[in-house]
Amino acid sequence: MQKEAEIRDPLILGKKSYHDITKDIARPVEGKANKYWWILFSLSFGLFLWGVLSMAYTVGTGIGAWGLNKTVNWAWDITNFVWWIGIGHAGTLISAVLLLFRQKWRMSINRSAEAMTIFGVLQASLFPIIHMGRPWLAYYVFPIPNQFGSLWVNFNSPLLWDVFAISTYFSVSLVFWYIGLIPDFAMLRDRFSEKTAPMKKKLYSFLSFGWSGKAKHWQRFEEVSLVLAGLATPLVFSVHSIVSMDFATSVIPGWHTTIFPPYFVLGALFSGFAMVETLLIIMRKVVSLESYITIKHIEYMNIIILLTGSLVGTAYITELFMSWYSGVEFEQYAFINRATGPYWWAYMIMMSCNVLTPQLYWFKKIRTSFVATFILSIFVNIGMWFERFVIIVTSLHRDFLPSSWSMFSPSFIDIGIYLGTIGFFFTLFLLYARTFPVIAQAELKTIVKSSGSEYKNKK
Amino acid sequence: MSTNTLYGIFDDEEVLLSSVKEIRANNIEIKEVYSPFPIHGLDKALGLKETRMAITAFIYGCLGLTLGSLMIYYMMQIDWPQNIGGKPNWSFYHNLPAFVPVLFECVVLFAAHLMSITYLIRNGLYPGGKSDSPDERTTDDKFLMEIQVEGDATIIKEMLTKTGATEINEKEA
Repeated sequence: MQKEAEIRDPLILGKKSYHDITKDIARPVEGKANKYWWILFSLSFGLFLWGVLSMAYTVGTGIGAWGLNKTVNWAWDITNFVWWIGIGHAGTLISAVLLLFRQKWRMSINRSAEAMTIFGVLQASLFPIIHMGRPWLAYYVFPIPNQFGSLWVNFNSPLLWDVFAISTYFSVSLVFWYIGLIPDFAMLRDRFSEKTAPMKKKLYSFLSFGWSGKAKHWQRFEEVSLVLAGLATPLVFSVHSIVSMDFATSVIPGWHTTIFPPYFVLGALFSGFAMVETLLIIMRKVVSLESYITIKHIEYMNIIILLTGSLVGTAYITELFMSWYSGVEFEQYAFINRATGPYWWAYMIMMSCNVLTPQLYWFKKIRTSFVATFILSIFVNIGMWFERFVIIVTSLHRDFLPSSWSMFSPSFIDIGIYLGTIGFFFTLFLLYARTFPVIAQAELKTIVKSSGSEYKNKK
Repeated sequence: MSTNTLYGIFDDEEVLLSSVKEIRANNIEIKEVYSPFPIHGLDKALGLKETRMAITAFIYGCLGLTLGSLMIYYMMQIDWPQNIGGKPNWSFYHNLPAFVPVLFECVVLFAAHLMSITYLIRNGLYPGGKSDSPDERTTDDKFLMEIQVEGDATIIKEMLTKTGATEINEKEA
């Protein structure tokens, strides 16, 4: 049996037997949805519909439906793309990196964090596809034998690296998630009887692949999880590095910086953890998982937010210093314009939400409060969206010819697509919360004896 | 002589583990153990061999690297070489730095997917498959030990009770 130091706080509160854990995690699937679920679901679904209409309008009329112009030819679409990809990163960090570090607190949050990753990456991948204008030709990005002059994709291009990185990231995350889900689906399968719930029994029998929990299977399960975690860890760092190279390998002042890959990865983890907190603080209440997602879990995540937030702040300042130190006039202007030009307000939102407000987590009172954490996590989500907006739009809107300087303002359709993806994301997450085992219960049962409050007090 | 199957059911994984050790020390073969979660040390106690899943991942990763390199080499050097920003299109080796991201993704893609598929095949898991577990409670909170007995089972039953089994079921073959 594993032993754990006495001074560590328990990760599972209350007196929980193995059977209690099974019951608690099956409850949202077995029960009926409450009022709050339906309200949230209708809201998200409404937003999603607005998004679908906006996307259909974009495809029907062309990219001219957006607020883009000749100078600012990349704006909300790529901002939203990077924002969603970034949000996905925390899921893989929690499930893979924390597994390699043997952090037990990951076990009650990893399932939902990975769900968030998959749904987030799904939203992200919508943006490049609709930005193509002719989404039915999206297969052009893949290296397939073709009839259009046997031209191949360009393996020197960061945009193609993105195609490989994002599709690998999405499919590997999905596989990792599913391998962990199989034993938990089997738990649900065995709870439903053929007589009272034949449809659910069939559904979970299908999804659980006939899992029976043999000793050899568990041995392979643990090894496969470990190797997948080892593969997913460099993968997650590579994905956002590659996303940052979309900018860093270009020659636009403000984009052409070598600090981008680490700075984007940190920013991604920072925003991802904020989104995990936003989701979990709501979820633990809605599906009553207060015993498993405790303030200790939130505090650990807040510490990571504090660390990554401070590192992101350091990166902002390094960027300013390097632009001055480079001695390049255009580079210097790009950054002066960012901070003091017409988009100063966006820069201020970015700086205050990403660098200043997370510093409040130095106070124990704040980082161990659900209300404060929820509010600050929303701040981080907003701040990180503005970070991408600042990088993209302020670097473009005043280019080398002052006669072509312009501003960007989003159209109704731009806003619709963005809010639509938020609606789609929450729609998927709410459906997930009612049909999936939202906590990796098989793994959680292995730590009850070392980290459950009941067992800790016994000693 | 008839062959019967005995199912010893346990409530706790530590009791099960010590029982497994004791029963195996008495030279009785345990056919299978079903548990709701992985039990640390059970594979050693049952005398299972180490799994080779990690080795397969390494092989699949090498395969991904090879196929990825061949793909890029064929498309960028053989079939349609292009001058892209003056990058060296005459030699794979000189152009390699630009290919690293895609090659890395190929390694991860192949290793992760093919290992997972191997895992499912080796475990006999497929969509809609049937569970082999003799008792539905083994995905909840019970641990089950399966032993095949020829002839008289009373000694083994006694041993199971003594080592902590809370319930013993017997199935005639």
